[in-house]
Amino acid sequence: MASDLTNPILDALFASDTPILSNEAFPSHPSLNVKSALDRLASRQMVEYETIEREVAALTKEGEEIAANGSHEAKVFQAVVAAMEGLKIGDLPGIVGKENAKVGQGNAFKKGWIKKDGQLLRANTDSIVDETREHLLTVKKTQTLGDQKALGDLKRRKLVAFQKDISFKISKGPKFAKEFVKEETDLTAEMLMSGSWKTAQLKPYNFKAKGAPTPSGAFHPLNKVRQEFRNIFFEMGFEEMPTNRFVETGFWNFDALFVPQQHPARDLQDTFYISDPPKADPPREDPEFDPHRPRSIHPVSAASKEKPLDYQQYWEDVREVHENGKYGSIGYRYPWSADESLRLVLRTHTTSVSTYVLHKLAANPRPARYFSIDRVFRNEAVDATHLAEFHQIEGVIADFGLTLGGLIGFMEVFFAKMGIHQLRFKPAYNPYTEPSMEIFGYHEGLGKWVEIGNSGMFRPEMLEPMGLPKNMRVYGWGLSLERPTMIKYGVSNIRELLGHKVDLNFIETNPAVRLEKD
Amino acid sequence: MPTISVDKAALFKELGREYTTEEFDELCFEFGIELDEDTTNSERPIVNGKQEPPQLKIEIPANRYDLLCFEGIALMLNIFLGRKSLPNYRLVEPANGELQKIIVKEDTMKIRPLVSGAILRNIKFDQARYESFIALQDKLHQNLARQRTLVSIGTHDLDTIQGPFTYEALPPKDIKFAPLNQTQEMNGEELMAFYEKDKHLGKYLHIIRDSPVYPVIYDAKRTVCSLPPIINGDHSKITLDTKNVFIEITALDKTKVEIVNKMMVAMFSQYTSEPFTIEPVQIVSDHNGETRITPDIAPRTTQAEVSYLNECCGLELSAKEISTILTKMAYNARPSESSPDLIDVDIPPTRADVLHQADIMEDVAIAYGFNNLPRSFPSKSGTIAQPLPINKLSDIVRTEAAMAGWSEVLPLILCSHDENFAWLNRKDDGNTAVKLANPKTLEFQVVRTSLLPGLLKTIRENKHHTVPMKIFEASDVAFKDLSLERKSRNQRHFAAAWYGKTSGFEVVHGLLDRIMSMLKSAFITGEEGLENPDMSDSQYWIEELDEPTYFPGHAASVHVRIGGKEHVIGAFGILHPTVLEKYELKYPVSTLELNIEAFL
Repeated sequence: MASDLTNPILDALFASDTPILSNEAFPSHPSLNVKSALDRLASRQMVEYETIEREVAALTKEGEEIAANGSHEAKVFQAVVAAMEGLKIGDLPGIVGKENAKVGQGNAFKKGWIKKDGQLLRANTDSIVDETREHLLTVKKTQTLGDQKALGDLKRRKLVAFQKDISFKISKGPKFAKEFVKEETDLTAEMLMSGSWKTAQLKPYNFKAKGAPTPSGAFHPLNKVRQEFRNIFFEMGFEEMPTNRFVETGFWNFDALFVPQQHPARDLQDTFYISDPPKADPPREDPEFDPHRPRSIHPVSAASKEKPLDYQQYWEDVREVHENGKYGSIGYRYPWSADESLRLVLRTHTTSVSTYVLHKLAANPRPARYFSIDRVFRNEAVDATHLAEFHQIEGVIADFGLTLGGLIGFMEVFFAKMGIHQLRFKPAYNPYTEPSMEIFGYHEGLGKWVEIGNSGMFRPEMLEPMGLPKNMRVYGWGLSLERPTMIKYGVSNIRELLGHKVDLNFIETNPAVRLEKD
Repeated sequence: MPTISVDKAALFKELGREYTTEEFDELCFEFGIELDEDTTNSERPIVNGKQEPPQLKIEIPANRYDLLCFEGIALMLNIFLGRKSLPNYRLVEPANGELQKIIVKEDTMKIRPLVSGAILRNIKFDQARYESFIALQDKLHQNLARQRTLVSIGTHDLDTIQGPFTYEALPPKDIKFAPLNQTQEMNGEELMAFYEKDKHLGKYLHIIRDSPVYPVIYDAKRTVCSLPPIINGDHSKITLDTKNVFIEITALDKTKVEIVNKMMVAMFSQYTSEPFTIEPVQIVSDHNGETRITPDIAPRTTQAEVSYLNECCGLELSAKEISTILTKMAYNARPSESSPDLIDVDIPPTRADVLHQADIMEDVAIAYGFNNLPRSFPSKSGTIAQPLPINKLSDIVRTEAAMAGWSEVLPLILCSHDENFAWLNRKDDGNTAVKLANPKTLEFQVVRTSLLPGLLKTIRENKHHTVPMKIFEASDVAFKDLSLERKSRNQRHFAAAWYGKTSGFEVVHGLLDRIMSMLKSAFITGEEGLENPDMSDSQYWIEELDEPTYFPGHAASVHVRIGGKEHVIGAFGILHPTVLEKYELKYPVSTLELNIEAFL
């Protein structure tokens, strides 16, 4: 353990008047362990140290073998001497081994230790000095050799190799002490219990590092933005609409909104039609028990004024206003098809639900504010800004005597709540609103006006067939949840925001959403 | 929305001044069209050896057919700017009083029953006018005419043909002519084969191809003028030198055929020797009561309520002021003699989009300037905010799951049939899932009936993430339900999935317990009975479940008793390895899926 070395280092320094060298004092300890102990001591100014880096020579496996048993040529010489009467050349490998025989024989000749006598080898001298072995022993001891040429030779023969060696020159620091007081890593219950906290020294905290990561769950970023929008609606008195209905009829999704049956939005290219189940029923009263219907929060007196809704009449009036015109409108004047109206579709907008809710309001027309944020479906080709599914944010205000200036004024407050303070409005076309206004907000970051939503007053051709009084006007506005989120948080591809390809790390690290500040 | 390209210099000449891009953009913004692009500083194509002059690309609202060509945009902007007033379009009969006739044969009822017509006398084309004339037909065909299905236009050099014309429906083999820009004659069948692969015309062939009779317009000498809605004859084609233009329009839709006629003549009658005059054509069509003289170029006269216009706009203008302001939007209006609260309004033939006084009201607001309207805040009535009950409930469950350390994901609601069934080892009984008729890809075949496919695909796409992965979703699935008007219903589900080196079965089980306990449901087993029965709103228990989605012996169904009624609300378990294989997952997965609606 690294901590084992802190006290030995202090002991060694105490015993010495001069700085000590770690490779001498603690040769058997890995330098990393030494360093970690030194860092602990140095951070408390008990020692100072400098790092010494040098190249050292060490024996290879073969070098170790020679250092222990002698060089190849020495072995050959010994074998020749031992043979008394000369050694047959052919017998040499059998005695000293193939490798020794091959290298050693040549070297022994070169050094003049042995000579050839016919087929025999004979000693040429009485005694030899095995220089190679001597050199290797020196290297083993000192990690170097005075004779650089010989050292190079050993390296070439792969008997020694060089490696980096790190050691430390250690001296006493200003706060040197003989004893390193054991530090506690943390304040523990035991320390409180035993009272040892009074004398204990706590390891200094590293204020430059992050804390331990905290395990946590996360909400999806888009749902966090959704919650911000919901809060804005709640702050402004809006009731949430029952959008838990993906499948709609052509009637509720289009016809009731005065979208003509030949409108391009109704093309197969744009709308998902349902093959199974094959066909809807005409509009009718909801089933008696529906747990999703909001519990009434209106006073009993208001509820008692409710008049029953005539669905058959509604259906006929919608047909009439398309086909022949009604309520002061000349209509689109085309043969309206009931079958087209009964086709099932995946809702292309949540305005189908707004229509349903406004029709319910006709049972007792009164000021009302509704909103929804939910998924809609478009049969679009998928690209960086289009998915077949996205979320629509929709707001509806019904009241008597509403003005266009009121819609603009309301939008200013609504968008100010998410930090957009400059708005302007462009005339636009939408089959179910008149006037229709595109809302542009000034984006400080981009330095330009960007379209942030659509708004308008629902057409009389949509409202009057429901049975709403002529002087009741209804604002409607909508925007997608994804677009403002992408603009606010610089997401360039919608697939990085919605769907199964979203990066879970993005979800888990996405900061809290504060629309008015972000 | 259609985008129209107009010559910048020519338009500014018409408008009487130069505009910077910003100024023109501002003008468009106020008027309700959108400047998409000014090509002055972009690379422009070389057309006929010359670089195309700078263009303005302008987006037009889909209901403003009167703005689909240069002439219309220039005219309406000039009127908006107060530089021009609406022309007085007039029908002028020929000197001899003999109207050209189109005689309609009853057989056309079988394929394309309606026809309308008009003549522009002594028109003077130049290259730009001619191109605009062709482009307007093209734009009308694409938009109002719904790719020629509802309406189609044929234009002819009247001096090459001779009335009276007949509109007939004949077997394809019996119609023989050289189509536009072809020298070779062909019959109807040959023509279909000839244009089969044509990238421009090929897409229109289906409108009539399989009909036993094709619609055709002949002149008095049996020259084929056109085979609507496909192509005109080469014989009567118009050129830059054409003086007299015969326009015939065939249709399925009675309203749109007249709108198209009016647009064509209103836009191009200004180039006739006596501007804004049109020679009418008599349609003889007694069999369906459509005998009449076309076009009807007279303005539609209606009334609008001053109080309504003012109230909606938040203005207090007099009838006279409103009448004045409406001239900017091409109306001719005046205070009515019948009532001080009414104005009489002439709606020009070009404004087919005006259906109701709401449309006039919008034009009052545009003429006044949306951004000049007095702003207020609609605060008269107090309303009470409240969340949808199911959303409140699912927010509780979402919050508990996130607090328990699970991460929320938002996969798609549409998925493939296999993902929803076969890959989960589930069978489609045909009574469960809502199926799509026209998806563009196999990814979108059904509305999911389970949240599991989305969770598993999310894991599949996130294999770079550390394990264990713990994810959840609270959202809707949908089921077929033939008892309802819409034949289907949504159901709010909560689902979670664990992906790690061990199965995580008991982790998912623990999440179930946590959520049930937060919903005040007490765990019961046969032996133990209730835990805190007094505190709980409901009780739940689990039973071993044998379903091929799960690993045998390691799955359970979740049962709840609420108010004396028992519900099976979901299941959890270790997914079967064959399921993992389909979703390309290499570690074990345990899932939990609950229908939370029982807790509403």
